[in-house]
Amino acid sequence: MPDISMVELVQQVLGGLATGAIYACIALSVVMIYQAIDHFNFAQGEMAMFSAFITWQMIDWGANYWVAFFVCIALSFIGGMAIERIIFAPLRNAPVFTHIVVFIALFQIFNAGAGYIWEFTIREFPSPFPERLPFDTTLIGPHDLGMMAVVLIMLGLIFLFFRFTPVGLAMRAAAAAPDSARLVGISVGMMLALGWGLAAAIGAVGGMMIAPVVYLEPNMMLGILLYGFAGAVVGGLTSPGGAVLGGFMMGVIEPVAGMFIGSELKLTVALVVIVTILIFRPSGMFGRVVVQRV
Amino acid sequence: MAFLDVANLEAFYGPIQALHGISFSLEQGGITTILGANGAGKTTTLRAICGMVKTNGQVSFDGESIAGKKTEKIVRYGVAHVPEGRGTFVRVSTEDNLRLGAYSRRDAGAVAEDMERVYGYFPRLKERRNQQAGTLSGGEQQMLAVGRALMLRPRLMLLDEPSFGLAPLIVQELFEILRVINQEEGVSMLLVEQNANLALNLADHAYLLETGRVVISGTSEEISSDETVRQSYLGY
Repeated sequence: MPDISMVELVQQVLGGLATGAIYACIALSVVMIYQAIDHFNFAQGEMAMFSAFITWQMIDWGANYWVAFFVCIALSFIGGMAIERIIFAPLRNAPVFTHIVVFIALFQIFNAGAGYIWEFTIREFPSPFPERLPFDTTLIGPHDLGMMAVVLIMLGLIFLFFRFTPVGLAMRAAAAAPDSARLVGISVGMMLALGWGLAAAIGAVGGMMIAPVVYLEPNMMLGILLYGFAGAVVGGLTSPGGAVLGGFMMGVIEPVAGMFIGSELKLTVALVVIVTILIFRPSGMFGRVVVQRV
Repeated sequence: MAFLDVANLEAFYGPIQALHGISFSLEQGGITTILGANGAGKTTTLRAICGMVKTNGQVSFDGESIAGKKTEKIVRYGVAHVPEGRGTFVRVSTEDNLRLGAYSRRDAGAVAEDMERVYGYFPRLKERRNQQAGTLSGGEQQMLAVGRALMLRPRLMLLDEPSFGLAPLIVQELFEILRVINQEEGVSMLLVEQNANLALNLADHAYLLETGRVVISGTSEEISSDETVRQSYLGY
């Protein structure tokens, strides 16, 4: 085993948690939509990338970073709702493959669309955080710390929203039992649209936060989407909290495995961990075992 | 015009027609029951009134046509459906289930009062207010379903086999409470039941459905003394 110092380990874990925060965003977006419509949104990463480009454009036009940040969240929310209303509402009872084809099409539309509008060249994306932390540490960089804080605040707000507001409760009810939800007067279609809006907004935050790290370009979210998916599956597709935790785990396992086993095998080790967890918990760590009603 | 007026109602599941033009009505404050064997169209009738299946024909509630409207809109007229299978939101608490029942209301103060009223009818629900609703017993979930419907402050309750799968004692208790709700709060009820004795006991009017058609109708006394009904549905 290579000689590893404690400081190095803490650095890797913290860095992993920071990247994991972004995986968690994507994992949560994917799970929210999965719970509502029982399908994986492959285009979640591309939607986030497109959102990041919109922010970049606003900043390029001279907008203040945080103004652009919040306008982008609002636009992504509206865009997500529009995608549900225009494309997925008519497909409500369509077969699985119809959904897969539409998701792939969306993926391609956002990817090529971003390339067409902003070109496929790699761009720098600004970090909103100061270059120096107000305190001395070598354990974590300012952007990593800031990005983790932003994501954690967002996750906290989302938790509070679902746990304590009537609309949050109605959204959970609509996703879990649509017929019963209609019978208490909940417009299930509206709740689905809100869910898409929220998922798109969460993804947008992830995209904007990771863009300074991976640089802005149409394919920036590919790897992140895969880790986000893996996090969602490991955490449990039926458990938003589990998906978030799975995302953070994905972020940490890879660099830590890299330290102990060497960078050639770090991805392999991460995958071995995933498969092992799934062998023992096929529905993910926090997923419910789905019993099909007949 | 009656409080609930159903005329020539047809219902379809895809290409299959489940109701063949049924007509019936219900007076305000009354309890009407729909009897019939399995597959006669009892559940479909309730689902059709609530816009949960594709229908043709007229349904008017308190003078307003509700046929063809969306379920979530019909609910807002004060029509509370206690569905087959109870429709529990299993992953949220008992109290959140009741809260969801009042989702379409905006009068928070009155909602809080109504919640206490429901707990008054069903003290067991109060004991289990913070428990995940999916862990309640069948009887408790049925009480929760009735409680959730009450949270709407309904003018009409549609009850789909409330006795299904419950122990006789619990059924008796539940039907007693339904009678109280009807008499003290003036909530009209349309009751679907397999257990004809039970239903005729509670209801003032009855309709007998056979394969999607009304074959006999009348007051509960008339229906109870009808020879065919007695032999086929009451079993004596």
